Amino acid sequence: MTAGVLKPSNRIRVSTSRKVFLVINTVLLLLLCAAMLYPVIFVTAASFSEETAILKGEVTIFPVRAHIKAYEKVFHYPLLWRSYGNTLLYTGLGTLINLVLTVCGAWALSQKKMVGRRILTLLCTFTMFFNGGMIPTFLVIKELKLLNTIWAILLPGAVSTYNMILMRTFFLAIPQSLVEAAELDGCNDFGVLFRIVLPLSLASLMTIGMFYAVAHWNSYFSAVLYLSKPELYPLQIILRQVVLMNEIVENASSTENVMAEGIKYATIVVAMLPMLCVYPFVQRYFVKGVMIGSVKE
Amino acid sequence: MSSRLRRLGISIWQARYIYLLLIPGIVYFAVFHYAPMSGLVLAFKKYNAKLGIWGSQWVDMANFQRIFTTPAAVTAIRNTLEINFSRLLFQFPVPILLALLINEMRGTKLKRVYQTVYTFPHFLSWVVVSAIISNFFANNGMINTIIASTGGDRISFLSNAALFRPLLYFTHNLKEMGWSSIIYIAAITAVDPTLYEAATMDGAGRLQQVWHVTLPCIRTTIITLFILQVGRVMNSGFEQIFYMQNASVKGVSEILDTYIYSITFNAVPSYGFSTAVGMFKSVINLVMLVSANYIIKLLGGNGLLG
Repeated sequence: MTAGVLKPSNRIRVSTSRKVFLVINTVLLLLLCAAMLYPVIFVTAASFSEETAILKGEVTIFPVRAHIKAYEKVFHYPLLWRSYGNTLLYTGLGTLINLVLTVCGAWALSQKKMVGRRILTLLCTFTMFFNGGMIPTFLVIKELKLLNTIWAILLPGAVSTYNMILMRTFFLAIPQSLVEAAELDGCNDFGVLFRIVLPLSLASLMTIGMFYAVAHWNSYFSAVLYLSKPELYPLQIILRQVVLMNEIVENASSTENVMAEGIKYATIVVAMLPMLCVYPFVQRYFVKGVMIGSVKE
Repeated sequence: MSSRLRRLGISIWQARYIYLLLIPGIVYFAVFHYAPMSGLVLAFKKYNAKLGIWGSQWVDMANFQRIFTTPAAVTAIRNTLEINFSRLLFQFPVPILLALLINEMRGTKLKRVYQTVYTFPHFLSWVVVSAIISNFFANNGMINTIIASTGGDRISFLSNAALFRPLLYFTHNLKEMGWSSIIYIAAITAVDPTLYEAATMDGAGRLQQVWHVTLPCIRTTIITLFILQVGRVMNSGFEQIFYMQNASVKGVSEILDTYIYSITFNAVPSYGFSTAVGMFKSVINLVMLVSANYIIKLLGGNGLLG
């Protein structure tokens, strides 16, 4: 602004090139938006389209000769529903366990009066960069007799070190005077945590909870490693089977084979749907989580 | 001495509820992180299920020597390093660039829209994304339909060894660039506006402002993320490669993680050897992380821990 006043002639030249830049930049960013949104639109359109149209590449943005037969096929695949239920259970219960453990740990580690706080934080952080690896972890879970139980999915990742340190950063930002006032009023440490700190941290809890929930929803490998009973499989496993191994199609008669592509797309849509519906509304929480994470110590 | 112990005892007793809250966390880390770490002794043993981890016979460094005498393992190490350095080159700068471009749009309502759209793919699983990718890039997929309709020859992107890695970097960028850029956008937002005013007074153009103000100001963030990336030198994006890999590109895409997976599950498993490969990987990662941190401190920057 000041520069413009000082050098009026210069200002016009700059603003022209600036305008050109802004236009190019906007076009570029919009193209990028399109590149990210289009696959989702295409998959949705294809899932409602007739098989021959998909194979011939006629589908672009809108369904061609729309029908919902692919979805009928998908909905009649019992393992899919089972796995959907499993994933909902793993996500719900898992996130609850995550939050309880993370809050307890993060609150304790944020308390200056706790002896050994630094060394414990260091020991937790170390696990982010070094771990026993696949087989030793597997053997521990086997020893604990957790294989083929829901606990093999829920317990090994019960605390994400990163999220716990994030939560600790949130807690450290809570004014110490509030805590002291509550203690003067006779609150013990439990009371401070549950009556003062948690109600103040609802937004942060949302953020961390979202991170955990997404991780559970997308989780694939712990099920591959620790589960061998199909009735315990989460959605992602079934999804991968359907998409890559034509599980439904193989089990179907030859007339249904014609639906292979449509079924793949419909399954992808079914798996994406919850994320698509919820994401725009909770996006700001995720962003907030990253922002807090970027402020160290 | 005894009075110091007494004081320690009193301070612990006063914070007793806090220690109580700590117990579940300690149990968790002990059982699911530190117990497996002790299982790393397997790397120096020949695992025998009947004898268990501790009873199995010691073989000293034999498992580690086997890594360097197994051609497939050596190829996996080479691929891991090559893919990782390429990712550093083709993926690491992209979110920074995107953050700079988005930042130029500040004040417009579109900025929110961009952020929502760009961060969204991060939350889809690689299972879903790889399924979409393989449909788009398949021989009868969207991309090839366009190529064919413009008169070009169809390209088998997914099974072409020369194209597979570029495809990895491209699709990884599309999925993750938006999410990774948030941290840079946050850092850019925190830059003191008077610096820009001063730069403008000195006659700096927009590009010069970016180069002389914005980038130096977000240097700490860039360096921190760079160190973390170097600390992952032996991981090159397991999930993406695992889902996108197929037999015809295995030669260029088999990385240590997929190699460990396949020797553990596909062949006659050798737990000792698998563990050794995993440990080799983790140790190099840790060494690289610590050295990168150290070198950057030597150069006068801030390390990971301030």
